[in-house]
Amino acid sequence: MTTLTQISNDTTPSGGDRPKPEWRKYFGFSHDHKVIGIQYLVTSFFFYLIGGGLAAAVRTELATPASDFVSPELYNSLFTLHGTVMIFLWIVPSTAGFINYLVPLMIGARDMAFPRLNAVAFWMLPPSGLLLMSSFFVGPASAGWTSYPPLSTMGPVAGELIWILSVLLLGTSSILGAINFIVTIWKMRVPQMGWNDMPLFCWASLATGILALVSTPVLAGALILLSFDLVVGTSFFNPTGGGDPIVYQHMFWFYSHPAVYIMILPVFGMISDIIPVHSRKAIFGYRAIAYSSIAICFLGLIVWAHHMFTSGTPPWLRMFFMFATMVIAVPTGIKVFSWVATMWGGKIQLNSAMLFAMGFVSMFVIGGISGVMLAAVPFDIHVHDTYFVVAHFHYVLFGGSVFGLYSGMYHWFPKITGRMLNEKLGKIHFALNFIGFNLTFLPMHKLGLDGMNRRIAEYDPKYATINMICSIGTLLLAVSTVPFLINAVRSWFWGDRAPANPWNGLTLEWTVSSPPPVENFAVDPIPACHPYAYGKRPASMVTSPPPTPIST
Amino acid sequence: MTTTTSTHLTTETITEHHHPHPDHRILGLYMFLIAEGMIFVGLFVAYFTFRAVAPGMQGELPKLELMLPGINTIILVSSSFVMNRGQLAIKKNDTKGLQFWFGLTALMGATFLAGQLYEYFHLEFGLKSSLFASTFYVLTGFHGLHVCFGLILTLAVLWRSRSADHYNEHSHFGVEAAEIYWHFVDVIWIVLFILLYLF
Amino acid sequence: MNVPSQVITLLFGIGLTLVSLWYGYNHHLLPIAASKEAVLIDELFNVMMVISTGIFVLVQGAILFVAFRYQREEGDETDAKYIHGNIPLEIVWTAIPSVIVLALSLYSFDVYEQIGGLNPMDHSSHQGVRQEISNKKQKMQSNGVQEAAVMNAEMPGMAMPLAADDSAVTINVSGMQFAWLFNYVGTEVTTGELHLPVGRDIILNLTAMDVLHAFWVPEFRIKQDAVPGRTIPIRISPTVEGTYPLICAELCGAYHGVMRSQVIVQSERDYNAWLSEQAVAMKEQNQDADSKNSVSTVALYPELLSDTEYLAPYAKKLGVTVDHLQAIQAQQQS
Ligand code: HEA
Ligand code: HEA
Ligand code: CUA
Ligand SMILES: [Cu+2]
Repeated sequence: MTTLTQISNDTTPSGGDRPKPEWRKYFGFSHDHKVIGIQYLVTSFFFYLIGGGLAAAVRTELATPASDFVSPELYNSLFTLHGTVMIFLWIVPSTAGFINYLVPLMIGARDMAFPRLNAVAFWMLPPSGLLLMSSFFVGPASAGWTSYPPLSTMGPVAGELIWILSVLLLGTSSILGAINFIVTIWKMRVPQMGWNDMPLFCWASLATGILALVSTPVLAGALILLSFDLVVGTSFFNPTGGGDPIVYQHMFWFYSHPAVYIMILPVFGMISDIIPVHSRKAIFGYRAIAYSSIAICFLGLIVWAHHMFTSGTPPWLRMFFMFATMVIAVPTGIKVFSWVATMWGGKIQLNSAMLFAMGFVSMFVIGGISGVMLAAVPFDIHVHDTYFVVAHFHYVLFGGSVFGLYSGMYHWFPKITGRMLNEKLGKIHFALNFIGFNLTFLPMHKLGLDGMNRRIAEYDPKYATINMICSIGTLLLAVSTVPFLINAVRSWFWGDRAPANPWNGLTLEWTVSSPPPVENFAVDPIPACHPYAYGKRPASMVTSPPPTPIST
Repeated sequence: MTTTTSTHLTTETITEHHHPHPDHRILGLYMFLIAEGMIFVGLFVAYFTFRAVAPGMQGELPKLELMLPGINTIILVSSSFVMNRGQLAIKKNDTKGLQFWFGLTALMGATFLAGQLYEYFHLEFGLKSSLFASTFYVLTGFHGLHVCFGLILTLAVLWRSRSADHYNEHSHFGVEAAEIYWHFVDVIWIVLFILLYLF
Repeated sequence: MNVPSQVITLLFGIGLTLVSLWYGYNHHLLPIAASKEAVLIDELFNVMMVISTGIFVLVQGAILFVAFRYQREEGDETDAKYIHGNIPLEIVWTAIPSVIVLALSLYSFDVYEQIGGLNPMDHSSHQGVRQEISNKKQKMQSNGVQEAAVMNAEMPGMAMPLAADDSAVTINVSGMQFAWLFNYVGTEVTTGELHLPVGRDIILNLTAMDVLHAFWVPEFRIKQDAVPGRTIPIRISPTVEGTYPLICAELCGAYHGVMRSQVIVQSERDYNAWLSEQAVAMKEQNQDADSKNSVSTVALYPELLSDTEYLAPYAKKLGVTVDHLQAIQAQQQS
């Protein structure tokens, strides 16, 4: 792309003449994509704490072999809600929060394509989350986050119905969000920005939007049928009435497999933007990374039945799904190797954002590799529904998505709040998190291979030691959130003022003040260079303000 | 479904590099319809799978009366063409024409719904009689809800068209949106009719 | 010392291969392999462990390396050298994973075929596994069954319980909240723990009575969901005598975690003795008019029965009486 003159909007650190933060707008029906982004992030983090609290209860029960902490029914509800909250109320909405906040800034737009729709999508989140929590008063759903019939239609009706309604609402919210993301990225870029000049986060967000748009409705269909079975007593999925429970599984996984990519693709995008900045080096293989997001998007739609290798799916289908699943390792591998190659020969600053980014790559690879093992049908037959699977998905979801989200928070916190985070607390957070995470989930591989199945409150005493280690790891994980919370709250109010471009990055969000003004850009910005032109950035960008934070 | 055009307006007044901000609502509507379509695709595929493997749907399925649904289909399909004339009318600034054709569409839609209800009350099976019956009611019922929604959109357009120049040849997003939605509902019905009644 | 980089790469490659091979075959992660299938699956797992260890060491090593080697110097505000790609390198790291996954899926396909996953009832396609145990005389009679099995596999969901030829022991298995019932086809015997003769082929016809359950014996490496309204056949060839846990691996309600039983693999002689003993006991019980109240021989896992506080409400709800059992038996044998 030709180098054009940079039209800087406001590169001076935002001083005291900034309008006083109107905190009340964060509780209202704001149309501003930045306010909505923050609303998403804060709300979903709140639910992360709740989901984590539920996980802590699960691990407390599992610390000893006997079922002694909660009743077995309640235990089932605990992991059901843990899974549901973590997926639908934490990872999915927090990635939506980042997309909302960053995409318009990155493509030089003043807002999303449909600001009001955006607010509607967000405001479906708190009520459905509270609705879900309220089911604790009536006996919550207890059939797992997968909610397989006929079990799910035989338990407590009220709790299950609440679960269905809540997930339907969250699904709708995510569809409305997806419409906004796709149209915004497609149509709202500044005219000078071609597809291949977009930051990689936008590519990833586009792929995410497509996936959410196409797959979420099928889950809605499944849940509609399930609620008829539950409430009216039809038998779509109940064999005693002539129905077929496997059909539900197909419909559920047609959404929920793509959903795992909905949860990881935006994080891939964030990492692709964070690593070059802190390595001061151009991204390696821009197009390969961009197009592999699209490849993962389409492959992700045709592999769902790998969750059903033991359900009684016809064998030739299993073979197809095994192959399709394994192929996803190729585009994902391209990304991983490109990230490593980006860092190779770079000038890496090991700050909290970068530590979490590197932790992400390293942990995700472990989860990815165990994923490929799971895809091998004969082996999956052994480990399906065991702690090996639990280990796999926590490595990709926690080691992947959560590490990546933390990295994003450290990286963009200065932009979002106008304040710097404390690096020392950040590093403590990383260290505790990294150790706690591996302590919790690495031993689970062994548990599963050795014969411990998942979703059980009581287990063979021979697994007691390993489970105790996992539970201690959880304690460490819980403790690790404390430095982060202190850091975030303290810095938000009293942290050092952040300059417009603290990391010396090249994407457009760094050209506006921190935090950016309402409507982002006073004049349409013209990108001065490719977002990853480290090493050949135009002279005007070299003399950008020094990265030292300006103290107040 | 209206967006804040205000943001666009303000930016236009202060931007030096003036370029028109195109209205993306139609594109957004298409995206929404992709999502809606996927719900129906999911349900259709579930129906197929039931027919292929579910014990409750093997062998003879209940014979459905074709006369009434056939007429209903003709009404619904032709209403799409009727509606299109309304849109053509407003493109010529002919509000009266819009009102006439949209009114007729609404009438036809209501007739369709009435016919559907009549059929429901005269079928010999109920919602829970068999797997086929359940699928039949859920599919047609879910489609019926969409017809209702389309009807409401059409009536809303009629209501708004009372104030002079609410719609004109340049600005008639509501008219277009209602029409696109109606065509969508129509296409879904055709697929559904073939699947449930003829196939 | 000035070692050329090719030599370093070569040494590194050899080291990586050795470490991966060593760990892949010395991981001690799996329980003992007590069936023919388990041996095949373990070999697949070991191969995957070798590959995984290689990728793991490579990627983690690279990340650690860059983290230490390429740190930014204090006060250095300049960019690193501009490199935006390297086509040959990218081709290599696209091609190698492609080859790996292609090979892995072919290999998995082969293992799957050998363990009879493609068609559990078809004996001819996996003679490799079965040669030692299958009896030539009996093999010749199995053609009819084979055809039925092929039909069966083509119509998923329509599967019917199948009686295999007499080279294989056929057992009808049904899961219910929260116990397993095993009906030994051709006999009256119904039990709650599974007895199997070593060295024979076993066909299990799995079904469930209420919700989904899953039959899993970690030492056999075999798992299959039991689906209400369907009968799904699986094949196992136990090779090592012993007692192994039998686990329900699909969430099936509050007591899913205690829906466990055991598999006793014994010598053919012991097995036959046990079977006739059970047959006698069953017969006596059937004749006994009062037996309606005695659930003692009903095959619930003894550990469960002792936990009456767990199961009391459920046993009642299920109404697991002898009548019930006979009904199941009749249903399964018809
Ligand atoms: C963020 C979420 C996420 C992600 C990204 C993934 C990624 C993958 N998953 Fe995972 N998965 C889950 C979340 C996720 N998964 C969840 C939640 C479940 C359980 C649901 C439930 O039952 O409750 C699950 C379960 C699950 C199963 C079912 C297990 C079972 O229940 O029996 C399978 C089986 O195939 C599988 C496979 C894979 C594969 C192949 C990938 C691939 O995309 C991974 C690709 C990545 C790599 C391979 C690493 C990088 C690549 C290289 C370094 C190149 C070289 C590598 C090779 C050649 C191998 N996953
Ligand atoms: C993004 C997704 C995500 C994340 C981040 C996590 C995080 C964690 N998960 Fe979770 N997990 C799932 C998704 C996730 N999980 C899913 C989908 C399932 C499957 C459910 C099913 O089978 O249906 C599952 C299942 C699952 C199980 C298996 C249960 C079973 O099968 O019986 C276990 C067991 O150890 C577990 C543990 C943990 C732990 C210890 C954490 C930790 O990492 C959590 C650490 C965080 C904290 C500890 C929070 C700290 C804060 C506090 C403690 C303060 C408390 C505050 C308040 C209550 C306000 N998870
Ligand atoms: Cu039966 Cu779990
Ligand atoms: Cu998956």
